[in-house]
Amino acid sequence: METHNSLEEKFEFTGTAKTVSLIAIVLGVVAIVVGLMMGGVHVQRTFTNLLLMSYYFVCVCTAGVFFCAYQYAAQAGWSASLIRIPQAFAKVLPFASLILILVVTAGLFTTHEIEFEGHKQVVPYLYASWATHGLTIVGEENYNAVIAGKSAFLNVGFFYGMLIVLLGAYSYLGLALAKASENEDTVGGMSNYDKSFKLSCIFLVIFGFTFPIFAFGTIMSLEAHWFSTMFGWYNLAAMHVSGLAIIALVIILLRKKGNFLWLSENHLHSLGKLMFGFSIFWTYVWFAQFFLTWYANIPEESVYFFRRWEPEFKWLFWLNIVVNFLAPLLLLMSRDAKRLTNRMMWTCIILITGHWLDYYLMTMPGTIPSEHSGFGVEEIGIFLGFAGLFTFMMLTQLSKFKSLVPKKHPFLQESLHHHI
Amino acid sequence: MSSTKFILGLFDDPDDMMHGIEKLQKNSIPIYDVYTPMPIHGIEDKLGVKESRLGYAAFCFGCLGASVIFSILYYTLVHDWPMNVGGKPNFAIPNFVPFTFEWTILFTAFGMTLTFFAATHLFPGRAPRVMDLRATDDRFVIAINAKGNIPHEDITNLLKEAGAVEVKHNNRKYVSYE
Repeated sequence: METHNSLEEKFEFTGTAKTVSLIAIVLGVVAIVVGLMMGGVHVQRTFTNLLLMSYYFVCVCTAGVFFCAYQYAAQAGWSASLIRIPQAFAKVLPFASLILILVVTAGLFTTHEIEFEGHKQVVPYLYASWATHGLTIVGEENYNAVIAGKSAFLNVGFFYGMLIVLLGAYSYLGLALAKASENEDTVGGMSNYDKSFKLSCIFLVIFGFTFPIFAFGTIMSLEAHWFSTMFGWYNLAAMHVSGLAIIALVIILLRKKGNFLWLSENHLHSLGKLMFGFSIFWTYVWFAQFFLTWYANIPEESVYFFRRWEPEFKWLFWLNIVVNFLAPLLLLMSRDAKRLTNRMMWTCIILITGHWLDYYLMTMPGTIPSEHSGFGVEEIGIFLGFAGLFTFMMLTQLSKFKSLVPKKHPFLQESLHHHI
Repeated sequence: MSSTKFILGLFDDPDDMMHGIEKLQKNSIPIYDVYTPMPIHGIEDKLGVKESRLGYAAFCFGCLGASVIFSILYYTLVHDWPMNVGGKPNFAIPNFVPFTFEWTILFTAFGMTLTFFAATHLFPGRAPRVMDLRATDDRFVIAINAKGNIPHEDITNLLKEAGAVEVKHNNRKYVSYE
């Protein structure tokens, strides 16, 4: 192992990573085109998958900002030498937000005709349960008092306002954090660190209060009759675990390519502890949401789980717990397990696909009749496309940093000698 | 035959003490133990201290807690006195989850504490066994078993060379007994 690390190390984005991510993007585009051309229910599935993956994309980038923010707010030392990776995630967030808004726009303004309760209805592909014309207008045939009561939150204007303001704030603060860290490299001193601390605190307050609203609007409103106050925290846990898993996976893969050689099994251990802990937190919130609904057994609440109890989804519903709870619990429980690179790598991969399944179960049953659900070109292709897009954008941003280490971070030495 | 039981090297600087450990090891003098007022990174590796097995104890206690409460719940709510609560089945596993979770944690926490006390001979009512009182304050102490490690003069010199501020030849192992 190398003992002398160059703090000037830069990342060059070339070779296999670039080729593979570009191929994945092309496959994604092909899958979208194929999905739209197949017609019928495949169009709906394409739209749902686009929403799923663009939401996942935004969440992972936001998790990067979140990670940076709580590391700065806690004045953590161990993460200083890997903070460029979540910073690169943060720099992709504006782009990811734009894609989410594009997908949402396409879903809201392209309509199709479906048969609902015996009569034909023209509904948008996404958010049909509240964005369909007439739902909130008294006297219309499809007037729905429940949805009308929620229309102060669930209307197109507020929806866009919420997306733009929240994602704008997250993006701005994420970029500001990355910029302060880059300034620190040239200026030195404590001023940029203090600024990062302040920005992090502001971000955490805004994020903590508003992320549930973002999750309610973007995902929960797919089934607008149903609501759960746990849903925001449940999504927060999911996005955090998947974000951590992707940060860890990026570190492992980049180390295998010969970058970030100063990161040791100790840094992996710390990330592993976070992944382990927050997987259990995810399960806790998942169970809290399920348990209360199951126990109260009120029809308007249990309809959500009733849909996920259909034979097409039921095994996935339980698989979700196996891959997102049992797998990290058993694979990462012992101290030594978190320090094994390959064990960590496979757990990360399991968690990344596991939280895709988690998001699949949040979006798909509410938008597709269960007999038309499935796993095919759209799911695989669009997942690959977004994975490629994320990799490409994130590694491009990583290669723009003048050095892979924040050279003048006050806790850099603590991070380089991290030992647990 | 001298009555010295333990030779203690007292250092006022952790780096000097680490240096002292190296010196003793180079001269093949077995170290009985090292006492420091604060945790020192990397000292376990240097002394070859075996990794703690407390985690395995924690796992076993956790499993025990889960099984105990699950059995109690099963016996009381399913076997002995089944009740109809909200039309739920008697053996409603989701209901058991919070209890099982809590008892797993409770048993793990208590079990780990008890294991730690048992392993370190630290339990309420027992006077702590200390080789040198200043090891809890401002001295970093290397203890060497005097028996078989001769000549004592050489060990003393080695410790002094490494920067020990004081070397003690103690006739009894601990300063305090219960």
